[in-house]
Amino acid sequence: MTADQPALIGSSGDSLREAFGRSLVSLAEKDQRFVVLDADVAGGTGTHHFREAYPQRFIQVGIAEQNMMSMAAGLARVGLVPFVTTFAVFCLRALEQARLSLAYSCANVKIVASHPGLDVGPDGASAQALEDLAAFRAIPNMVVLSPADAHEVELATAAILAHSGPVYMRSGRSPAPRVLPEDYHFEIGRGQVLHDGGDVTLVACGVQVGRCLQAAKILEQKGVKARVINMASLKPLDHDLLERCAVETGAMVVSEDHNVIGGLGGAVAESLARSRPVPLEFAGVQDCFGESGEPDELAERYGLTPPHLVEAALKVVARKRG
Amino acid sequence: MINREQLEVRAQRARSSALVAIHAAGSGHPGGVLSALDIINYLAMHALDWHAYDAQDQTRSRFVLSKGHACPALYAVAAEEGLVSYQDLTTLRKLGSPLQGHTCVNTTPWAEANTGSLAQGFSVAVGMALGYRYQSIARPVYCMLGDGELQEGQVWEGAMCAAHYDLRNLCVFVDYNKMQSDEKVARIMGLEPLADKWRAWNWRVVEIDGHDYQQIHQAVNQSGEGPLVIIAHTLKGRGVSYMEGSPLWHGSVKLSDEQLKDALIELNIPKHTQERYFEHAVWAPEEHGYDS
Repeated sequence: MTADQPALIGSSGDSLREAFGRSLVSLAEKDQRFVVLDADVAGGTGTHHFREAYPQRFIQVGIAEQNMMSMAAGLARVGLVPFVTTFAVFCLRALEQARLSLAYSCANVKIVASHPGLDVGPDGASAQALEDLAAFRAIPNMVVLSPADAHEVELATAAILAHSGPVYMRSGRSPAPRVLPEDYHFEIGRGQVLHDGGDVTLVACGVQVGRCLQAAKILEQKGVKARVINMASLKPLDHDLLERCAVETGAMVVSEDHNVIGGLGGAVAESLARSRPVPLEFAGVQDCFGESGEPDELAERYGLTPPHLVEAALKVVARKRG
Repeated sequence: MINREQLEVRAQRARSSALVAIHAAGSGHPGGVLSALDIINYLAMHALDWHAYDAQDQTRSRFVLSKGHACPALYAVAAEEGLVSYQDLTTLRKLGSPLQGHTCVNTTPWAEANTGSLAQGFSVAVGMALGYRYQSIARPVYCMLGDGELQEGQVWEGAMCAAHYDLRNLCVFVDYNKMQSDEKVARIMGLEPLADKWRAWNWRVVEIDGHDYQQIHQAVNQSGEGPLVIIAHTLKGRGVSYMEGSPLWHGSVKLSDEQLKDALIELNIPKHTQERYFEHAVWAPEEHGYDS
């Protein structure tokens, strides 16, 4: 990437994990119930901000994610609201604990996972969780969120604290550009149209929202008017908005820094299959593991950059016109 | 002071109730239920205030049966405290029953944790004890682990954490009946030296006979620094002679009518109480004057 190209991931803006850590600090005075659990990755998840500001409310559990996940259920059972914080892959390690100890009893615990997807970068496939949204989405009672930028992380952190019940939320590792307007209103279960158009809808979550907005600009130059939806709430999903966009645009592309199986793409497909089936394309990681590299290089290699999204959009528009 | 006679009368009836529940369900783990039952019976009467259970009271004493497959013992003791009816016990593991196959707070909040995947209940108990300490609530948290359960790595994650935070409000029993699902523990994956393992994790360790109420009482009430583990030597199938020490009753099994009848006779359940169950599916052992 050269300096005169538009800013992509890794080049500017706040990271979502930093925003999360700062949000915890700003919420702490208002809400005395919550505590933050860490498995020795506070510098990585952004919770070091909270540790410094509120050391007595920061609980170090050591490198033991399974115990951390179940312990959180115990803390919640006696009236506290624990944030369980680690990397997304280690949430997968403790998936069964999240299922039995937390979700089954509807424990009021917030799992916030940093380092999701190819956005992890150089650590490679071992650390790049491309399955977490699918896995957590399949667990009953679990709310699943993947915000798009630092601003949305702040709003979502406050929203999940106000929500009673278990939540899985992705943050993000790399600095990310701001993509949402200043007056953006976040609500669990609601998607939001960020850019209007009538030919195709691009639905995205996380870092892919910004890339879809860039793709929409390129598409405009090609005479295709794309609508862009930020769908940070994978579960519950905004079925009404999806149905309306399916009716109005007749074609969709779903994009996520995640396997194309079971994540936002799966959620959108399930929803539209029940209401208004339209041609769909899935612009995510095509059921393979990642590798080491810079986030932008990986996005390019694995089909997540705006040109890939443009290609998917043109394909689905052609299918619509059949 | 404990009322040993009352505890023993209750235990005999609760053993009968647990076996009736397993018989009615058509499957269960009678061996590990009977080995765990005396400790649960003790806790219910002397440590948990179950007779005045209030789900809204966030400062109540807590007990988590981490070896959740032994829940018929928990349910049977709960029936002694009026938390479920005796008749409810016959719905164990059936569609629509509050008595799930493993403990579930959604339907029985006094079970305190959803269990059924080993070691998780223990970590939940560690979290409760830490949460109480954090909130300066001076109430104890009890937990029971199975011996085979100690093969789960998560147990040792939790053990490390409880000692690190000096959770002296946490009291954990190991139901050391020396048998697990398929085989003797020592043959599947040996635990010895078990007391030394816990000591090395900075726990206080007491070893007792897990069927002796006086020893249970003394062990629970000792104070000191760090979390307490009580290694309770127990007998799988305790109280039903044909089950004691027999490998047939270690895992999940079906109890026949004859087998249940033999057990109920040995547990001194009156003939008409037995008949009401076998002929009318009514389990009502309280009508026969044990408590008076």
